[in-house]
Amino acid sequence: MSRDKSKLLYAETHEWVDMSEEGGQKIATIGISDFAIEQLNDLVYMDLPEVGKTFDAGEEFGEVESVKAVSPLYCPVAGEVIEVHEGLPDNLDGLNDDPYDFGWVIKLKVTDDAGLGSLMDYPAYQKQCSESA
Amino acid sequence: MSQAEVSSLAQTPLDQWHRDAGAKMVPFAGYEMPIQYDSIVNEHEACRTKAALFDVSHMGRLRFDGDGSAELLDKLLTRRVVDLPVGGVRYGTVCNEQGGILDDVLVSHLKTPSDQFYHLLVVNASNRAKIVEWVKQHLDEFPTVTFSDRTELTAMIAVQGPLAMETCRKLFSFDPARLKYYQATITDQFSKPVIVSRTGYTGEDGFELIVRAEEAKRVWENVMLAGRDAGFAPAGLGARDTLRMEAAMPLYGHELDESTDPISAGLSFACNLDDRDFIGRDVLAKIKAEGPKRRRIGLLPEGRRPAREGCAVISKDGREVGTITSGGPSPTLGKPIAMAMVDVDVVGETEFEIDIRGKRSAAVATKLPFYRRPKTAS
Repeated sequence: MSRDKSKLLYAETHEWVDMSEEGGQKIATIGISDFAIEQLNDLVYMDLPEVGKTFDAGEEFGEVESVKAVSPLYCPVAGEVIEVHEGLPDNLDGLNDDPYDFGWVIKLKVTDDAGLGSLMDYPAYQKQCSESA
Repeated sequence: MSQAEVSSLAQTPLDQWHRDAGAKMVPFAGYEMPIQYDSIVNEHEACRTKAALFDVSHMGRLRFDGDGSAELLDKLLTRRVVDLPVGGVRYGTVCNEQGGILDDVLVSHLKTPSDQFYHLLVVNASNRAKIVEWVKQHLDEFPTVTFSDRTELTAMIAVQGPLAMETCRKLFSFDPARLKYYQATITDQFSKPVIVSRTGYTGEDGFELIVRAEEAKRVWENVMLAGRDAGFAPAGLGARDTLRMEAAMPLYGHELDESTDPISAGLSFACNLDDRDFIGRDVLAKIKAEGPKRRRIGLLPEGRRPAREGCAVISKDGREVGTITSGGPSPTLGKPIAMAMVDVDVVGETEFEIDIRGKRSAAVATKLPFYRRPKTAS
């Protein structure tokens, strides 16, 4: 599997969302954009939620920490955590090298997709990044 | 950050060099400063294994000329200044009447090539305006002293690391390796004056340079060129912070502030209480006699989750006994380190917990500093 970053949705807070369907259920796979990873630099720690937890759109679900600072991870869409990338905190180099495939963070069963409307497509997200860089 | 805030920030004379080198610039104490060029960890390692250059021009440089300069500074500093020999540098604090730390400073006694003597006070960027005001309040008693803020006319460059001295011996008319630790002199590079002092804020050997603002880029590039084969790297404020943390050097605004006295902060060595009077002396003498209520300790959080400034420190019996003042990952040790101010009754205990945003992490007390450079014969 190779995820095409130009086909993903993005939150203003730099999380990416890959929407899919499994058995009629909307599933959101969530990760952190390469731009954010590069800005964070020197990752040292990651805190992830447990399976079964539910989050509202915009709610903090974990954190990623670089040498310099802690950055909260915000849930781009409301849902229940159905899978967590357990090995990721032990392989932050992998997240750094491959944020879109290896670096996925959590999978959610979407409970309310209203939050999707406020996400950006790739060109809009690129524009945000170039303005903040 | 709004446009108005951006435009009110000052730039150091090396600003363009940093931008050309791809540095990420951040606002710090009223200046736009490089936080990192490439990676904090790589810059940290360059300093520990080779040498790194830091633009520290944001720090305040205050000059005192004329008779009474030493006496004025002796009154303002917790460290004795009147017997500071020419070429000497001392670390001290400036306290208010209550013994609260207004700043931590370096004072040097220098001689110009034309045989004039003066004292130079290097202060934290964030405290410069406050200290300038404090000095002016006490200037009237010393009418022969001429006080000038030299910060904007000059630049300051720190060159730190095991290869710093050896590599730069021929850069100036005076070989900096002839300076002992905490000595300074005025020399020159291509006939332009340079103050060189064997001081630093990284736990490594090295030196700091003060040059005229218009000479800053040339001197910086000459040091970079001299260190090219040795692997010198520019380093930003990010690495400066991780380096000083490993060396357990306090940072104003974190370990030190106006509600903290230098005795509690572990800076008794910077307080000469006997046979002299200075602002805050009586309070500090009392704290020393009675013993401080809080002390600075080192903690090693277990696991990989860093404990940062502001996290509560919990004793084994479940009491909140202090606060983390600085903390983060140590690139040299490969695990998190933290300094904390804790109640004196738990000093000596080994096991603590740290509340990191609602989750408890175990931590073990450890001796400071976390890192000490290998001793070399010199």
